[in-house]
Amino acid sequence: MSEKRFGFVTRINSNIVAVSFDSFVVQNEVAYISTGSQRLKAEVIRVRGKSAEMQVYENTSGLKVGDKVEFTEELLSVELGPGLLGQIFDGLQNPLPQLAKECGFFLKRGVYLKALPDESVWEFFPLVKPGDKIRAGERLGFVHEKIFKHYIFAPFNLSGSWEVVNISPKGNYNLKQPVARLKNSDAEEIDAFLCQNWPVKIPIQAYSEKIKPKEPLVTKMRLIDSLFPVARGGTYCIPGPFGAGKTVLQQLTSRHAEVDVVIIAACGERAGEVVETLRTFPELMDPRSNKPLIDRTIIICNTSSMPVAARESSVYTAVTLAEYYRQMGLHVLLLADSTSRWAQAMREMSGRLEEIPGEEAFPAYLESRIAAFYERAGLVRLYDNSIGSVTIGGAVSPAGGNFEEPVTQATLKVVGAFHGLSRERSDARRYPAIDPLISWSKYKSFVEEKIMRKGHEILHKSNGILQMMKVIGEEGISLLDYVEYLKGEFFDFVYLQQNAFDLVDESTPAERQQYVFGFIHAILDSDFSFKDKPDALHFFQQLRQLFRGWNSTAWQSEEFYKTEAEINTALKEKQIKQKEKTHA
Amino acid sequence: MHKVYTSIIQIAGDVITVEADGIGYLEIAEISSRRGKSLAQVIRIDEKKVSLQVFAGSKGVSTGDKVRFLGHAMRVSSGENLLGRIFNGSGVPLDRGPELTQDMIEIAGPPVNPAKRIIPHKMIRTGIPMIDVFNSLVESQKLPIFSIAGEPYNELMARIAIQAEVDIIILGGMGLKYDDYLFFRDTLEEQGALSRSILFIHTASDPVVECLLVPDISLAVAEQFALQGKRVLVLLTDMTNFCDALKEISITMEQVPSNRGYPGDLYSQLAARYEKAVDFEGAGSITILAATTMPGDDVTHPVPDNTGYITEGQFYLKNGVIEPFGSLSRLKQQVNGKTRDDHRTIMDTMIQLFASYRQSVEKQAMGFQMSEWDKKLLRYGVLFEEKIMSLKVNIALEKALDLGWQILAECFSPEETGIKKSMIEKYWPQNRQ
Repeated sequence: MSEKRFGFVTRINSNIVAVSFDSFVVQNEVAYISTGSQRLKAEVIRVRGKSAEMQVYENTSGLKVGDKVEFTEELLSVELGPGLLGQIFDGLQNPLPQLAKECGFFLKRGVYLKALPDESVWEFFPLVKPGDKIRAGERLGFVHEKIFKHYIFAPFNLSGSWEVVNISPKGNYNLKQPVARLKNSDAEEIDAFLCQNWPVKIPIQAYSEKIKPKEPLVTKMRLIDSLFPVARGGTYCIPGPFGAGKTVLQQLTSRHAEVDVVIIAACGERAGEVVETLRTFPELMDPRSNKPLIDRTIIICNTSSMPVAARESSVYTAVTLAEYYRQMGLHVLLLADSTSRWAQAMREMSGRLEEIPGEEAFPAYLESRIAAFYERAGLVRLYDNSIGSVTIGGAVSPAGGNFEEPVTQATLKVVGAFHGLSRERSDARRYPAIDPLISWSKYKSFVEEKIMRKGHEILHKSNGILQMMKVIGEEGISLLDYVEYLKGEFFDFVYLQQNAFDLVDESTPAERQQYVFGFIHAILDSDFSFKDKPDALHFFQQLRQLFRGWNSTAWQSEEFYKTEAEINTALKEKQIKQKEKTHA
Repeated sequence: MHKVYTSIIQIAGDVITVEADGIGYLEIAEISSRRGKSLAQVIRIDEKKVSLQVFAGSKGVSTGDKVRFLGHAMRVSSGENLLGRIFNGSGVPLDRGPELTQDMIEIAGPPVNPAKRIIPHKMIRTGIPMIDVFNSLVESQKLPIFSIAGEPYNELMARIAIQAEVDIIILGGMGLKYDDYLFFRDTLEEQGALSRSILFIHTASDPVVECLLVPDISLAVAEQFALQGKRVLVLLTDMTNFCDALKEISITMEQVPSNRGYPGDLYSQLAARYEKAVDFEGAGSITILAATTMPGDDVTHPVPDNTGYITEGQFYLKNGVIEPFGSLSRLKQQVNGKTRDDHRTIMDTMIQLFASYRQSVEKQAMGFQMSEWDKKLLRYGVLFEEKIMSLKVNIALEKALDLGWQILAECFSPEETGIKKSMIEKYWPQNRQ
């Protein structure tokens, strides 16, 4: 290691600080600025001659020209190892509960704690023996973390083939005790530990291949799963104006999605929302494992009033942790709320660097950064042939709710599904407020294609008739068209809308979705005999009420069948024929 | 020992640049000019060149004036002594009381650790059905009132402040009309609330930069009370003026503007203030009610737009009433499940029907024939506007819910409302079925 390098502060503009240096600096290396007794973390983001510009991950109040800067040569990294699950970190992976213990109510600047305590002890089970050949990202052994086998990998930064010289026997080790010794063909030897560091801005690519996502990721939200599905290893975005329910949607997904690990990146959003997750997850049970939800969750929390540079790095921290758990053959869902705040953080820094602005003052590299981020998702085949995935769902908060703005547009180019929220739907309290007329998905659903198509069709038709009615009035359209309009509304009310505050209705398993959608498809496909329009309206209102009750009965319970029978009785009165039998 | 410098090398807008050494970022200085003394704050340092925003404005500042750096960030006095007092944006008394120097605290302190927050759970009752029933206000919530200039937002804020059960009221006025300042002062006094209030007033005629300090000062003082276990309500009016002051300074500093001239960090600037709203674990709370006027009634204007993404909902004041569409309390779900079991049903049903009513009104305006259903909706809409929506109504939540059922029963049959059967059986007024 070369000797320590130092520099001195020359300019201060909010969180961007220029530093003069003598020897050399490394782009994106971490440095610490000393002010008084505090050391503030910063990252080199531009070098010009003998001056390096750095973004400071803290409030720069009180900083002076001439303050000493110490360069570290390390890129901004996170610690990867057992003990991450159930934790809550800030954007730089400082554990917030421990910070609270140390500093009280407020986030004191310049205090950095280790993400994983060195002295934590884990029971290690070896999987290799001396003489085995191994490469970066292959398994050396495992420990038990919560309900998972947490594999311990050969360091991700190794290149070429290495030989196991030594492997520790089964037993208890802390994070500072080596568990294996590896050697390469040049006889260079290294120790492997239960935990390792990895720079957040570089993807972990220790797998044999990336494969095409095809299996649906069940979110238990009917509107998503049945009409605009998401795939394991895929990407999707949720743009929407404020108040349209992005965050509620993300929260519901984080609770119900059928994945192994959920990573929540609360990036530049309200602290209150994180608190809700933080305080409720330890009590909510994951139906898949019967363990508290927090056991499968990691929260990266850099809320809006926390330093903006750390907000920029928080999404990278989150995706790096996601990639790490994917490496264990797990399915990981990363929910980033909101990527717009991350983009705005880039804009703030870009403005202070006086870079030439692109559209709406966002930097010119906005699109490539967004694309690179979403590209870190994916379904991969690992070296041992097991499959792991990182699915990324990013909320987007477009300025003025206008989807034409740069962040939304750049995101739409790279995602596989688009769940666009609309103000009209949320104003009309139609939740989730995903607008079925503008949203799309490139992934396959578990719902039969024909049935899904019918669903889309009726919504478009119904909307067409509604628009027509606005021009020529209800009296101007035929009873037949009016019934089609009512069918669309009915479908929206009883299937697309979901009551997030009803214990049963808030999450619908795939099996139930298939059954109920099939049932509704039969109704949408039927002809009815109505006296007149009020008669039709009344019928569908009645049907809607019955269905609402049905939606809150437990799946396949006595109540469930009772309500189904009631619905069938009501249907018989008016239904003349079903065009095509689709459901038994 | 304070450093004094006299080499002012640039004056542009309300920002002056002075050559100085060893100055801390965001440090406070005092400038003595022929117009008197003013405080200023360091906002950029480039080697020896130190730029400061002058709170009293740069008018009359000469290149030879003295700049005395105070060696610390902006501070304000805190504590019980402030109660009942009125100050300007820099903390100088506007009433005839003495200047306060006890318990000085730095403003714009560090953010609260999210791990030390608790889930808000206490409803603040206001007696206004559009708030209590449809968008309940919750302790520690941050909520702006979106309105166009001329709407009675200040009256609404004052009314909520007086009726709400809080220990301390702090008013931060930015660009306030003098009349409005007097209105707040007199209303608080008449209702006997002045003795538990603190006013930080920047009026429309005061220097623009001073307006920038008002939210920070108000919230820093509020934070001290909250840490001592007090429930504090902070009223900020009007945050659009605060944003315009930010815009002015950032343009002067030649920053690249993002939308409509506002700086790229508008979101972070607003968030740093609004996120001070908090319910401390084991101590008090801060609730923020702010006025945000929307230029041209345009909710997509950068100020209301950024605000909406930060705050936990908004009250949308239009034509003298709180408009149900566009108004939202994100925290209402934390409390409205614990009031009465029909609260959410009434809330959802009445709003959905009111949305249908609006459609019928549109149809009617275009001259279409009104169906039986439309007629029912029209009748309902009028009743709703008159008995629930009007700001004149002042009734307790439970009364408002009962009233809701009555109105529904007066206009519709149970199944037309789409309400679950079990609810209908429990609450539908019997005499009308």
